[in-house]
Amino acid sequence: MESNNTDLTPYDKIISVLKEEYEEQVLSIEFPYNFLTINLKSERIVEIIQHLYNHPETKLQYLTTLCGIHYPDQKQIALMYQLHNMSTNLRVRLKIFLPEEKPVVKTLTSVFDGANWMERETFDFYGVMFEGHPDLRRILNVEDMIIFPLRKEYPLEDQTREDKDNKMFGR
Amino acid sequence: MNKAQDIVTTSQQEEKHYSYLNLGPTHPATHGIFQNVLKMDGEIIVEAQPTIGYIHRAFEKLAERRPFYQITPITDRMNYCSAPINNIGWHMTVEKLIGAEIPKRVQYLRVIIMELARITDHLICNAVIGVDTGALTGFVYMFQQRELVYEIYEEICGSRLTTNIGRIGGFERDFSPKAWEKIHKFLKEFPVVLKEFGNLLERNRIFMDRTVNVGGISAERALNYSFSGPNLRAAGVDYDVRVAHPYSSYEDFDFIIPVGTQGDVYDRFMVRQEEMWQSLSIINQAIKKLPEGPYHADVPDFYLPPKEEVYNNMEALIYHFKIVMGETDVPRGEVYHCVEGGNGELGFYLISDGGRTPFRLHFRRPCFIFYQAYPEMIKGSMLSDAILTMSSMNVIAGELDA
Repeated sequence: MESNNTDLTPYDKIISVLKEEYEEQVLSIEFPYNFLTINLKSERIVEIIQHLYNHPETKLQYLTTLCGIHYPDQKQIALMYQLHNMSTNLRVRLKIFLPEEKPVVKTLTSVFDGANWMERETFDFYGVMFEGHPDLRRILNVEDMIIFPLRKEYPLEDQTREDKDNKMFGR
Repeated sequence: MNKAQDIVTTSQQEEKHYSYLNLGPTHPATHGIFQNVLKMDGEIIVEAQPTIGYIHRAFEKLAERRPFYQITPITDRMNYCSAPINNIGWHMTVEKLIGAEIPKRVQYLRVIIMELARITDHLICNAVIGVDTGALTGFVYMFQQRELVYEIYEEICGSRLTTNIGRIGGFERDFSPKAWEKIHKFLKEFPVVLKEFGNLLERNRIFMDRTVNVGGISAERALNYSFSGPNLRAAGVDYDVRVAHPYSSYEDFDFIIPVGTQGDVYDRFMVRQEEMWQSLSIINQAIKKLPEGPYHADVPDFYLPPKEEVYNNMEALIYHFKIVMGETDVPRGEVYHCVEGGNGELGFYLISDGGRTPFRLHFRRPCFIFYQAYPEMIKGSMLSDAILTMSSMNVIAGELDA
């Protein structure tokens, strides 16, 4: 049931439900590879997701995944929430952007219990602070780690190595 | 003062009759590296505190430094019981990004491989449920069949457990006559064994007493916890990526999605049993309908040319060099592709900035997501039921920890 550009009506419905209440929160709407992506302001994200969860027209009641993305050029950390309506089989991706130095956002655990570990993972790798999270600890990395390893400023390899020329072998 | 003392003594008494048990990290009954600190009231579990990450290998970070074709072996090591599904899922993600047109034959061959992988995944899980209830016979019997499937993989790609099967665009070679022979042998032998295994456990009084109403979860809770795959279907939700978002021509095949009602160990076992039968039927349909044609797509920028071409043809040499050195131009874009893995929706969220490696690659790992419901599912049950619940959820450490 993947819809192409000519048949946007079900997606339009989601957009109109969102705009009805939260017009001023929407930054932009994209459609990369036929996947509705809505960029939002970060302040009321949990409220918006709760609204999309409850609204009879959208019913986005399944959180497929949640992850962080670091954009070092914009000095931002983005959070991607991917929601799914099981009965109409529509998917939506919501993205918010947080400042790199102090990424703070409300927790989604109030809506989805499944967000618990996904948020812990995001905290672990990007240092995003989820306000009100019941148990915000590192999950995959060791507890005494002091960095957030998926941020772009931490290179994968030891930078003091001299036996390898990065000009030839990429970033 | 008297009152204060009272409070202290009662809380001390309360503390006294709980004991703490460290289940794991390396316990033979947990089939992998999982640690759970259990707060026990006698034999009853009051609270569980899971710790994960013992085999974390930083796949998402590794992927940011590797060219696209070098990420395939990383995906092997996630759900290693059904590695081909991970490999092919990743190939399809890249194909979606570059907009490659995949020949029908490749899609059908992929379906055959993926369904074989699903069978191996489910048969291990079900056989292990048997072991944890004390029925070792079925386990040994089923593992012989897994060996047959691994021989098929070997014939197709040369390796067994971590397969690294296929390439972006298709397969490195067509299936050999030997491979077909082994596939037909498996299709002939496996149904007999599966039937027998089913007879051994499906209506077995002891097995049912042990598994019915153990470690259950309701459909609402399962959805709230973002369950997917057999565990969600056992709870009664008919969500299957193969049907909801068909990929690789799954829409051409006729099969049913088995669902359970209680979401307990028995339902998960039965759902997996039935899915194996469905997988067998899909493989048979795919072989029957298998079209002729090339075994790889026409994407010279990503698909390695044959070696004799590389030595004798300038263009092939250039492509070979560009692919191996990771100098191929990749479109910018954001892609999400998901496949129905052994354990549920295995998703690849790929952001490409046009560079030689992904800018960001996030794996949606079903195990990682549903394992967080484990403390809730075993609360109030016995220790031996907790072991059974874990094996019936088919938690794979590699996928859990990435």
